[in-house]
Amino acid sequence: MQYLLLLHADEAQFAQMTPEQQQQGMAAYGAYGQALKEAGALLGSNRLRPAADSTTVRIVDGKTQVLDGPFADSKEELGGYYLIDVPDLDAALAWAARCPGASHGVVEVRPIWSMG
Amino acid sequence: MPDEMNPSEGGEQARLTAEAVARESYGKLVAFLAVRTGDVAAAEDALSEAFAAALTDWPVKGCPKNPEAWLLTVARRKSIDVLRGKRRHEAASEEFEAAAAILQSAPLEAEIPDERLAMMFACAHPAIEAGIRAPLILQAVLGLDAARIASAFLMSPAAMSKRLVRAKVKIRQTAIPFRVPERAELPARLDSILNAIYAAFSEGWTDPGGVDAARRDLTQEAIFLARLVAGLLPKEAEALGLLALLLYADARRCARRSADGEFVPLAEQDTVQWDARQIDEAEGLLRRACALGSIGRLQLEAAVQSAHVERCRTGRENWVEVVELYDGLFALARSPVVAINRALAIAEVFGAEAGLDAMPDAGGDVRLAEYQPYWAARAELLSRSGADAEARKAYEIAIGLERDAAVRRFLEKRRSGLSS
Repeated sequence: MQYLLLLHADEAQFAQMTPEQQQQGMAAYGAYGQALKEAGALLGSNRLRPAADSTTVRIVDGKTQVLDGPFADSKEELGGYYLIDVPDLDAALAWAARCPGASHGVVEVRPIWSMG
Repeated sequence: MPDEMNPSEGGEQARLTAEAVARESYGKLVAFLAVRTGDVAAAEDALSEAFAAALTDWPVKGCPKNPEAWLLTVARRKSIDVLRGKRRHEAASEEFEAAAAILQSAPLEAEIPDERLAMMFACAHPAIEAGIRAPLILQAVLGLDAARIASAFLMSPAAMSKRLVRAKVKIRQTAIPFRVPERAELPARLDSILNAIYAAFSEGWTDPGGVDAARRDLTQEAIFLARLVAGLLPKEAEALGLLALLLYADARRCARRSADGEFVPLAEQDTVQWDARQIDEAEGLLRRACALGSIGRLQLEAAVQSAHVERCRTGRENWVEVVELYDGLFALARSPVVAINRALAIAEVFGAEAGLDAMPDAGGDVRLAEYQPYWAARAELLSRSGADAEARKAYEIAIGLERDAAVRRFLEKRRSGLSS
């Protein structure tokens, strides 16, 4: 089963940290990614640029509407993701709990819709 | 001699056998299929088709020697057909093929393994909405239909049915595992199953008059489930505690109403009417649970019941002990329900005013403001402390919140006893 771990967090928090704290935080993510890789569970992952760099597009009444900013404006923004392959939901939840993002934000676990 | 049976006799026999198997084996058969396919709904469908086939087949050919195995063989074949059909029509063919292969290779000889516990852990998984866990267990393990569960949980059948379907889809689509969790995780996960069973019992308990058969039976179904879990996990103290607790409560069923249907409070119940056999069983379970040395909320609640039984039977006051048990409970679970019962016990030892001081505050807590026992307890303590006007107001609210007519009459009698 494939699951997408979506990391939601308050971006302001990271900006407020000291450089050492930021470095520590990045190192924790590095180690987490490494552990996922070692376990053979990692399919892909990325950190996303801040929500301020986001642009949304939709077509309303045939007209393309382009808006500055993220889709949902909330304090906690989507900041990154891990795509993993594990046997079942419990295994996915265990990985989500180990993710540093679960300590300073929320990790959402979504199964991938298998298209065969 | 099946071929000598006349059709009506055979039909009756087949129906009785099918009913007996349904009662004993339904959950086992659903679990066998669901554990191997990850799909509770499909397992239920396959099994209901198998039962339908039995009712047409058995009256003609006679009941099979091993009805359970017969049903499983048919249900398994139906499941494989459905999985193969899905493989053709839907995209995720590999998974369906794998599930079909697992089903086909599963051995069918001798005893069918009991995997109901694994299925209950899937139904009570933290990823499943808490409010639907008890209905889901009742349906998957006992085969109760959505309409019956809905009426017990005061919900519309359509809404209940929709939520059950959604939960089963989530189990399948997110691959919630069907297994007993690891040692470290077990207590927390088991708690969720025990809570679900307790909730089912409580829903059934709210109809003490036994007017509504669907609700009354639910207490028996809950005891069946608690017995099942306690039997499968005999070293889990809280599982034993739950069964003890439910047996204590159920033992007093008959005594809760007078011959003319009036509500009888615990202190005035005729202890001879209590089911002594059930109480003995509960006492034994509680002793076994305590010997395991891991105290928990359900064991403490059962211990409170044990103390009530002891006091009512012997007439020896033991409210100090009860207060201590409630202190322990309150330290474990700071629930307002525990706080209310603790306050009532405190009043027995230290007087009504001390009890009132220990009552939780309903201001700001909407659930408490709508909780009948809170107002009934408040009214009782206020009236004992002589605050009649306030007591009258609290009785008024308690009566307005009560759905059992006999309890309403009891509260009205108490209210009219106040000096005006």
